[in-house]
Amino acid sequence: MNGHLITISNLFKHFPMGKGHFTALKDISLNFDEGEFTGIVGPSGSGKTTLLNIIGSLDSPSEGSAVVMGQDIATLTLKAAARLRKRHLGFIFQTYNLLPVYNVFENVEFPLLLLRMSAYERKKAVMHALEWVGLGDKTGSRPKQLSGGECQRVAIARAIVKKPAIVLADEPTANLDAANSHHILKTMSTLNRELKTTFIFATHDDKVIQYLKRKITLEDGKVAKDEMTAGS
Amino acid sequence: MLAFKLAVKNLAGAGLRTWLNAFVLSLAYVVIVWHSGLLEGWNRMARHDMIEWDIGGGEIWFEKYDPYDPFSYQDAHAPVPENWTREVQQGRMTPVLLTTASFYPEGRIQSVLIKGIDPAQSVLKLPADSMRTDEEIVPVMIGKRMADSNHLKKGDYITIRWRDRHGTFDAAEVKIAHIFKANVPTIDNGQIWMPIEQLRQWLKMPGEATYLVLGQNEKPASAEGWTYQGHDRLLAEMDKMIRQKSVGGMILYTLMLLLAMLAIFDTQVFSIFRRQKEIGTQMALGMTRTQVIGLFTIEGAMHGVLAAVMAAVYGIPLLSLQAVRGLKMPEGMDDYGVAVAEKIFPVYSAGLIAGTVVLVMLTTTIVSYWPSRKIAKMKPTDAIRGKLQ
Repeated sequence: MNGHLITISNLFKHFPMGKGHFTALKDISLNFDEGEFTGIVGPSGSGKTTLLNIIGSLDSPSEGSAVVMGQDIATLTLKAAARLRKRHLGFIFQTYNLLPVYNVFENVEFPLLLLRMSAYERKKAVMHALEWVGLGDKTGSRPKQLSGGECQRVAIARAIVKKPAIVLADEPTANLDAANSHHILKTMSTLNRELKTTFIFATHDDKVIQYLKRKITLEDGKVAKDEMTAGS
Repeated sequence: MLAFKLAVKNLAGAGLRTWLNAFVLSLAYVVIVWHSGLLEGWNRMARHDMIEWDIGGGEIWFEKYDPYDPFSYQDAHAPVPENWTREVQQGRMTPVLLTTASFYPEGRIQSVLIKGIDPAQSVLKLPADSMRTDEEIVPVMIGKRMADSNHLKKGDYITIRWRDRHGTFDAAEVKIAHIFKANVPTIDNGQIWMPIEQLRQWLKMPGEATYLVLGQNEKPASAEGWTYQGHDRLLAEMDKMIRQKSVGGMILYTLMLLLAMLAIFDTQVFSIFRRQKEIGTQMALGMTRTQVIGLFTIEGAMHGVLAAVMAAVYGIPLLSLQAVRGLKMPEGMDDYGVAVAEKIFPVYSAGLIAGTVVLVMLTTTIVSYWPSRKIAKMKPTDAIRGKLQ
């Protein structure tokens, strides 16, 4: 590692389109460090989610490199990428992506099952994470019994339960009202402060932007601006 | 172990859907076992009846006797060897004399096989003692199939014409003393049974027989010109028929298995498309593709386990009851030439049940794995978005 948690150098991402291809990311070079609370902002189609997917090892660069926790995403095998996600990355999705047949406790417990933690440790960690997001009393509820805000808080608990180094959040407030959005952002901000977890958001929501310490603006797949904000 | 735990959670979470799938699959188990058991019961009964009514513990044929060549019957007779006299008298073996003849039902001439047997015999289940009568007219008995096909009934008189050992034609009127019902067509169709002594007189063959039927476990001394025929030989035709019937049974077996496969395959394919987002999320959370495939395969296979339990719950009492009470066969099956008892008692062997369970589970595992492989081709980013592929 070169001291940065994430190092992106001259990254390009092409997608096939018809006979040619569409370039979603063009020559991106960025670094992210521990404890950042960073937003990748920009209009739809600017490449935010694509960049987040590459950092999350769900996709790979077409050119250039993305090194996350010392591992080059471009050269990772599927198994190694899964291991990286399992150990070091947490995900928060716009549509929560909770597992519908599991209750709140089981949803949050899921990443710990993959880490093969003992039942005792799992229970302790899950309850701790649920307390963080204020859902300690909803352990037995199914996702369909929860409101949108509660679902997203479960998703946050699931993302942070294993205490990952990086949490990637793709439009986490897009389906939430203003009150719930602020509640969630405050929770994530506190987690960032207290656990030193790096949060990277893909968003175009102004409510999110006001919480960010760093804002990276993408336009047409290129970094248009990279600035520290008032929140920092 | 993790995949197993998660599969249990997924199945429990799916609730009614899981039980519906398991129920459909359990039907396959029960129907396969029931049908195979029914065939097995039918086969066993057919063999059992054949032994009881026709071939006893085996037969000893005079060397010129060929059951497939009616022309051989004229010369296929000889005096019963003296060294078997005691066994015959003790009822441990019974002689049968054969000849071809003609009879005239409703004014028509028809060929018939006359079989002479001792009315006092107890080697075969044939009700030969019904031919014991004080009447002067010769009593005969025929099977129900023979009676039905010639519109004959008990008490009818028929004329029989035959040739004696010298080739001289003779004829006599006989009375149908009894019509027996047996599941064995080989003692029924085109045959008339009569007292052997009377037939010997008609044919001028005193003390002679074409073959002798042995009682169970009888092993008489050998005699020159007579050949022992064991069950292997005498039941060969029936065994061949059973094998052919088993092929027919296999078709239903395969159909049921296909139904089971389809139920699971359909569920799995539907699951994979419906649960794309879930699969993508699991991958994002760190599951490998192999783990996801394993999870879906185990989920499918566990439907097989649940179905086996469910099938046991309602199948064991149902099938046991039928094995004890038997299954009543429809009237008139005989008319189609099917040798079948009024009731069939299915036989369920441990091998049949274990084999079916193993086969269905193996099949469900394979058809669960098959669509699960599709996951391996799914990009996590597409799966998370629930993008149909």
